[in-house]
Order: sequence, then C-alpha cells, then structure tokens
Amino acid sequence: MKDFIIPDRDFGTPAAKSKAMVTLTIDGFDVTVPEGTSIMRAAAELGISVPKLCATDSLDAFGSCRLCLVEIEGRNGTPASCTTPVAPGIKVHTQNAKLKQLRRGVMELYISDHPLDCLTCAANGDCELQDMAGAVGLRDVRYEKGENHFEVRNTSGEKNPNWLPKDESNPYFAYDPAKCIVCSRCVRACEEIQGTFALTIEGRGFDSRVSFGAKTDTALTSDCVSCGACVQACPTGTLQEKSVIDIGTPDRSVITTCAYCGVGCSFKAEMRGDELVRMTPYKHGKANRGHSCVKGRFAYGYASHKDRILSPMIRDSINDPWKEVSWPEAMEFASNRMKGIIAKHGRQSVGVITSSRCTNEEAYLVQKLTRAVFQNNNTDTCARVCHSPTGYGLGQTFGTSAGTQDFDSVEQTDVVILIGANPTDGHPVFASRLKKRLRQGAKLIVIDPRRIDLVDTAHIKAAHHLPLTPGTNVAVVTAIAHVIVTEGLFDEAFIRDRCDWDEFQDYAEFVSDPRHSPEATQFLTGVKADELRAAARLYAKGGNGAIYYGLGVTEHSQGSTTVIGIANLAMLTGNIGRPGVGVNPLRGQNNVQGSCDMGSFPHELPGYRHVKNDQVREVFESLWGVKIDNEPGLRIPNMLDAAVEGTFKGLYCQGEDILQSDPDTKHVAAGLAAMDCVIVHDLFLNETANYAHVFFPGSSFLEKDGTFTNAERRINRVRKVMAPRQGYADWEVTQLFAQAMGADWHYTHPSQIMDEIAMLTPSFAGVSYERLEELGSVQWPCNEKAPEGTPLMHIDGFVRGKGKFIVTEYVATDEKTGPRFPLLLTTGRILSQYNVGAQTRRTENVVWHAEDVLEIHPHDAELRGVRDGQFVKLSSRSGETSLRAKITDRVSPGVVYTTFHHPTTQANVITTDFSDWATNCPEYKVTAVQVSPSNGPTEWQEEYAAQAEASRRILAAE
Amino acid sequence: MSQTSTEIAARVGEILDAHEGMEGSLLPILHAIQAAYGYVPRDALPIIAKRLNLTRAEVHGVMSFYHDFREDPAGRHVLKLCRAEACQAMGGDRVAQHAQNRLGIEWHETTKDGRITLEPVFCLGLCACAPAALVDGKVVGRVDEARLDAIIEGVR
Repeated sequence: MKDFIIPDRDFGTPAAKSKAMVTLTIDGFDVTVPEGTSIMRAAAELGISVPKLCATDSLDAFGSCRLCLVEIEGRNGTPASCTTPVAPGIKVHTQNAKLKQLRRGVMELYISDHPLDCLTCAANGDCELQDMAGAVGLRDVRYEKGENHFEVRNTSGEKNPNWLPKDESNPYFAYDPAKCIVCSRCVRACEEIQGTFALTIEGRGFDSRVSFGAKTDTALTSDCVSCGACVQACPTGTLQEKSVIDIGTPDRSVITTCAYCGVGCSFKAEMRGDELVRMTPYKHGKANRGHSCVKGRFAYGYASHKDRILSPMIRDSINDPWKEVSWPEAMEFASNRMKGIIAKHGRQSVGVITSSRCTNEEAYLVQKLTRAVFQNNNTDTCARVCHSPTGYGLGQTFGTSAGTQDFDSVEQTDVVILIGANPTDGHPVFASRLKKRLRQGAKLIVIDPRRIDLVDTAHIKAAHHLPLTPGTNVAVVTAIAHVIVTEGLFDEAFIRDRCDWDEFQDYAEFVSDPRHSPEATQFLTGVKADELRAAARLYAKGGNGAIYYGLGVTEHSQGSTTVIGIANLAMLTGNIGRPGVGVNPLRGQNNVQGSCDMGSFPHELPGYRHVKNDQVREVFESLWGVKIDNEPGLRIPNMLDAAVEGTFKGLYCQGEDILQSDPDTKHVAAGLAAMDCVIVHDLFLNETANYAHVFFPGSSFLEKDGTFTNAERRINRVRKVMAPRQGYADWEVTQLFAQAMGADWHYTHPSQIMDEIAMLTPSFAGVSYERLEELGSVQWPCNEKAPEGTPLMHIDGFVRGKGKFIVTEYVATDEKTGPRFPLLLTTGRILSQYNVGAQTRRTENVVWHAEDVLEIHPHDAELRGVRDGQFVKLSSRSGETSLRAKITDRVSPGVVYTTFHHPTTQANVITTDFSDWATNCPEYKVTAVQVSPSNGPTEWQEEYAAQAEASRRILAAE
Repeated sequence: MSQTSTEIAARVGEILDAHEGMEGSLLPILHAIQAAYGYVPRDALPIIAKRLNLTRAEVHGVMSFYHDFREDPAGRHVLKLCRAEACQAMGGDRVAQHAQNRLGIEWHETTKDGRITLEPVFCLGLCACAPAALVDGKVVGRVDEARLDAIIEGVR
C-alpha cells in the first residue's frame, strides 16, 4: 500500500548493489546511479516519478502494467522504465505527447474493468490506481460497459459469471477480486519477500485472477501465513486490512518497534486520533527491511482486549477476591507490605523479576529498585529460562554475551547451520530473509529432533537434516568438531592469529579422541555418521558459514556447553568477524538481549559486570548514593526454593508469567503461595497473578517511550502513540513504587534513564535518544570507539583478547527414559502464538492455533492405541496433563512434541526442574514422558482451573 | 468411476517416480496424469507440489494457465469447435449454435449420457478449411450442420 502519511518515497525498483556508476540524462537532468539501476529508479533519484502500477521498490521489476513507458533517444519504441537498466550517456524522456497518449490508453483499459466506487472504497485516498488515473490525466473512458469482473449482476439482473465474492476468511484482511488489477504485486511479495508461495495467478488473459492456494482454497485454508506482505504490496483496495475497512484511513504515523520476538521489527503505528488503525512494517527498519509477520503486523488487539486490567488491585490473601483501588492506595499497600517483610525477615527476603517484554529503561529501573532500594541483588529475568547459557557461553569464549552479526549478514552467508531453532515459527521475519538467501543458493544444515518446516518446504530443501535425540546436542556438536579437526578442515591461520594456540591444541586433542567420532556417537545421538561428516565438511569448506541457534540449544542441562561448542566450531573454521558468518542466537523475546544488558541477573550490574568487582560497584554507588551488596543475589529457582523454605517473602514481578512459563509448575505455585507479598505488574491477570496480593496494571508497548534491544544488539526506539490506558507507563509505575519505598527518584522521561545507563555502562556510553533519532537505531557497543555502533563484532580480534577454546565433554542429562516414561518430550512454538499466549490468545490469531496439541509418531501412537485428534494423558515424573494428539512423522519414533501457548494445557506441569549446570536455565527441551489415551482433563487441570477462577474474582465497585 | 485418494496417491506417485530428476518436469507430469486419468484429479496437486518442492498454488497456477488440463473427467468423446475469427466468418457461430441445440448442452458441458463434451477452441490452424473442429484429437475441416450431425452420429 502506498505511503501517504510520511511520504516515504517508493523508488519503483530495488536499489542496485554495483560499485560501478553510470551517468545518464533524464528529462534534461544528469543523474549518476549504480550500474544495474532501472531507469525508473534513476528518475526517482532525480525526484521524477514515472507513473507505475506493477512496480514497487520492495519487489524486482516485472514490467506488466505498461504505464511506466519512456522514450530513449536513438532507441526504438517505448520501453518500460522499470525493466530497462540505465546505460551511460543515454537521454531519456519520461513525458511527451506520445507517452502521455499511450499512458492514458493503458489507464483507460484498466479503468474499464474497475468499479468506480472510490468514495465508498476502503482505499480511498490510499490507492495507487486512483493516483495514477490522476497522474496520467484520465478524463474519459471511451469503452462501453461490456464483460467485466466487478458487477455482481448486469442491468438485466443476470448474474455475472466473472464476478467473485470477497474472501473474508482471513481474520485480518479481505481480498476483493472485483477491485483487482492483476499487477501480481501480491503474488511476487509472497514469493520474493515472504517466501511462502501461497499465491498464484490462475487462468490467463481476461480470466487471470489472484488465487490463494489451489482452486478450492480460501485465504485461510491456503498456505498463507498472514504476514501481510501481499496487503502491503497491493496498490489498490483489493487486499485491505479489515481494520482500515472498519475505521477508515489513518492520518498520522509513529515509528516504533514490535513487542513480540527478538527480531525487533520496526513498524509504523498508523493512527487516527488515538485509535490505532494498523501497523505497517517500516521500510527503513534495519532488522526487518520492510517485512513483518502475522504477530507484529496484525496481532495487536490484545492492547484493547476486555480482559485487560486498567485499575490497580489489592487483597490481603490470595483466597480473597481482588479489590480495585486507586494508584496511591495500591502503592501504600504494596510498600507497607514490603517494608514489613524487610523489617521482619531482613533485606534479603525480597526481590524482583525484570521483564524481557518491557523496555531497557524499565528493566533498568526494576533491577535498580532491588539493588538501590531493597539493597540486595535478588533480581532475575525471564532470560534465565531462555538464553542465559548464551550469555555465559559466548561471554566465556568470545568475551561478549551477544550474537556477533546483524541480520543483514545473512545476505552474504553461504552455509547456514540451524540448531534448535524453528525460525519460520519463532522468528518469521528472519526466516523470510534466510529463505531468500537459500533460494539464491546458500546451503542449509538443520540440527533438530523434529522435521521443522525449513527442512523441506516450497523452494527450500536442507542439504542435511540431523535429527538428533533430544538432549544430545553436545555430542553432535563435538562430533562435528571431531570431523573438522581430524580431517584437517580447520582454519589454522585464523586460529593461530586470533585464538590461544595452546588451548586449541588441548581442544583438538580432546575432540580427536575416537569416542567423539560420529561413528561412535551415532548410537547415542541417533544421527547417522556419514550425514554428520558431510554436514561438517560443508560447514567447514562451503564458504561463509553462519550458525543460528535457538532455545533448542540453551534449554538443556548442558545448554552452556552447547553454546561453547558452537563458538568453538566458528573459531575452528574462521567463521567470525566478517559479514555472512558468525554465531547468532535467535533471541526469544523482544528485549531479552536488553534486559540482560541492563543488569537483570543477580550477579551482574548493567553491562555484564560482576557485583563482586569493587570498582564497578563504586561507579554505581557514587551515582545512586547507596551501598550495593557485593554478594550475588538469588536466581528465580533459588527465590522459589527459598520461599518454600520460608526465607523469601516478597516479590515484584514485572511483565512475566513465571507460573506458566517456568518449569515444574507445581513447585512454582508452592513457592508463590508461600510468599507474603507478590506484586504482579502486567497487562492481564496472568497465571502468576493467581498467587498475587497486589496487581499493578501495565501499559502496552504502544503507550510508552523507551528502547528495545533485539537479537543483533540493535537498540530500537519504542515510541508512545497513545496515552497509557491505565494512567501510567510501566517505568512510571516502578518509580511510584520506589518512591513509596522511600527512594528519591524523579525521572520525567525514559531518555533520562537512558542517559543514566549510558553514564554507567561503557558499551552504552554513546547511546542517547538524540543519537537514536539521528541514526534510527544503533547496535551496541556504541561509545567513543564506535560512535555509530557495531554491526559486526570481533572483526580484528575477540573482545576478550584471544578466542578461548573450551573442552565440551558430553554428560547425559539425569532426565532419562525408562520403562515408566519411555518417550522424550520436547517443546517449541508455533507461528501464530507467542510464548505463553497472554497476548496472542487475546487476538484473532486463535483461528490458526486454538489449543496445544501433542505431536506423536504413528508408530508410537499405534503402540498406545492413540488416534489422531484424541485426548491423551501426558505424564512425567513431575506431573500430568492432557491434550489432543496429532499423529505425524515430523517427530522421530520415541520423541513427542508440544507447544506451551495455552494455560489450560500447562505443559510445564510436565517439565522437570533439571537445569543448565552453569546458569540454571531449565531443561524444557527434554522430559521423559508416557502417553496414554484419556477422555478429558486431568485432576490437576481441573483443580488448577477452579483455583484460577476463584482467584480472579474482582469485587464489584461500591 | 471415482478414485479414492489412496489410489490417486499411489498412481500419481508412480508417475512422479518416472519423472524423477527431469528438469522442468511439471508440464510432462501433468500431461502424464491427464493421460492416465483423462483429467488431473484435485487430490494429485498437493502430491505433485510436495515432490517438486513447490506449493499447490504454484501447481494450480500452471495447470489453470493451460485450458487443456481438465479438472474433471470429460465425456467419452470430446468435440471442440473453433471460435476464432476465420471460422466465425465462415459460419462457425451457426454451426456452434446447431451443435449446442443438437446435444442439448452449453460450452464445457457433457451430454447426460456422458457421451460427448463440447468445448470451444481458439484456432486450430485450419483457417483455410473453416469452420474447423477437433474430434477426439483429430481435426476436421469445413464443418457445416450436416457434417456436424455426421460427426455426432459417428461417435455414438
């Protein structure tokens, strides 16, 4: 859809990447552009807009609309300017009598088969067809009404066989074939940008129609993933957001950052008054480059869902109903309780959990609350349960707790290893960028117990899929290193130059041991030796090799070891420090990188500096004016253990639902129930709030200013587009609470918090809101050495000095299968739902995924008499739950798989409390289970539902 | 005769096997399936798409581009009448009208007894002998009402 709000010019065709420049003359003006640029784009550079319909700069030139014709002196005919590249010295005319006549003729034909209902069309004022009719001076359509696609009935009342009804099956956009001009922009967007190929042009000639899927499909039943790329590309009202149909066109827009996954897409929030009309991907967003997924683009309805709590609430006991109170009352109640606990049980008896969903500034304030006001280090964050091993592993080997590349790097990759990640569901916009590169010929190696979509999907086929047994990552990664070392595929020059040679030799000796060979480990890992050898050779010698990984790596008892093993692989092959290579964790949440950077972990102050370091503490102490505890505080599991023991009594939990997302639900519930004051700060009465005494209603990302840091260390601005519906932005709520606790905080804008962060944290020293306005976004480290930020890390040397090889011994998890629990459960995500689903379950996204299902191999299903779609009981040593079975060979025999998006399933009742040896990151990805047919919810599920219902009662206002 | 989807999967699978490794095999595969069934069963599309690493939208796009690929079985005989300019000039409209009346069907329809399917076609390259027709793949020239009746009788 064209951009009428901020005239964000469409140059018609993508930019050419050539370094050679070409000078030509267009309408008498000289212009110099890279070789390969289209004449249309060269003209646009001069400010001359050649009329066009089928061209847009997000798609390759197509040349079908014949509106962008130009004349070139000395050449025959009138070539299309979108498909004709520039040439040195040519003289182009974009406007003369002949061209005007031709364009009018073309336009007349278009309009002869288009309903002229502009005034009542949802795209009125936002329609390129309308604009072009104006641009070419169309004044008259000479064709008599004949066969057409837009009239339901002709004047005699006969049905028009060419007319097709609107397809409104997708919850977010409508397809009205009557308005279609068959420019193919939607089809090309689905292919080139999204890479799903769900759309086609069916038929030919006058019968050509855009079709979702095959003949009998609708938008919903086709392969469409509702990313919105087609809607974005449509020049007319044919593919239109339903929100625009309902509300009308927006009148202003604000650039902000999506609050779902760690890709951190930039969006334009398009507004009318204070109503959000639509979210559209921002073309200049450096993470997403103008693309989006169904969550970011459409699933924002939760912010105005009726379940959202808008008033603070308190209660004496978790058995009481909630009582709505004013903000001052809530603050007084909460602070009195917390003060009482501290007085009675000491300052170590309370703590906080920061949120990876909130802004950097908010996470910073929450950890500051515990460090400076409670005066302990009891802060932790949800990164504990996802990417804490990434922080540890990459910190140890490279010296920074973050990915090494930017997302643009994927455009120069030749071989991608994807381990324990499912980007088409978890990080869809990155997946589209990856798929684009794969279609250009890059090779893919997938290491995953499950056959994820990228293993075999349209136009994508992984070169190797290593379907390992859950829990054997370390053995597989070490076996790959074994092949690289023993076959002499390592990059000796790189290792000698950049790493510690002695450590390498120790490591080489370790991995060369025959017990690490793929032939020896295949019985353990289930990965065929020859396949693994081929994959190792491809990665080592296939050009630029990049590793992308996700929670399938970290959420294991040996999560940190696998991260170290991955870093070893990159160092071994010299795949670090240039575009197209690197080690890239795909972060789960929008701001998990940021919340870790902000000092959310109990042992680290902002910028990953240990609390035992006196000098670091002094810097903070002098600015904050308090003494900081020099002992690391409690991690989330420790807090819960301490609570059960009776030594931990009060918790302020911002934007995280630990009861649903943390492992071993029963233990979490027992811990929370044992506390005297649980403060939940969230948009909704989440599952954790069932055990809370105070509820602070939260503000959505649309209602506050701040910054998010995505997986590529990019600090993106979040901008307030509307006032907080419950009165305060989350950082203001934390400040009010700190003030009630006696703190002397007076921030009036998040920019002041960022200034404080910059002052205290060397890697953020150059970051300020002014800088972000200037650059759009910036990747840390951003300081005197790198004033514009750092897209690629470790270019000339590792941050820690020499890269460190660390031996990665495989130790099997204690969670083992046996006669009672013979299957291994692993967990994951689905595209349309996000994490525990608190937001996406409150949007129309439920049409794609209404409940969690258990994927089970046909062989295992048959053994147990389980039928497709039947309720099954899933039990482990920790607990049991029930859900429906889906029989599929995507999982190997012996492995079952489910998602954890729905609270009724409570998949984490099943997961155990085993965790990573270094960081306590829970082992979500491996649980020994048994599956048996069942006829409904388990006793636990019923009890839980009853407790949740009782706990969510709110007293009627008096 | 209705084909169950398992039968289709097996037979289409065999056809796909026979084309394994061929470059640009989609059209030959569609032809082979049409030759086997007389049409391209709807259930075959996802199977073809899966094997060729395409989507069913793409296969549908290709198939629907070519009018000769059928989505449904035709009658035992297919009669195509040319509707292009030269044949129209030589009385093709009249012959077409006669054919529709005689068979009691419209374009793209099959007679109730399943004997004949009537279809328009645009230029058989036989303009010199217009109006032209195509009967079960064989061209016939100078088709007037009498010859059309003979054709219809002939395929009984």
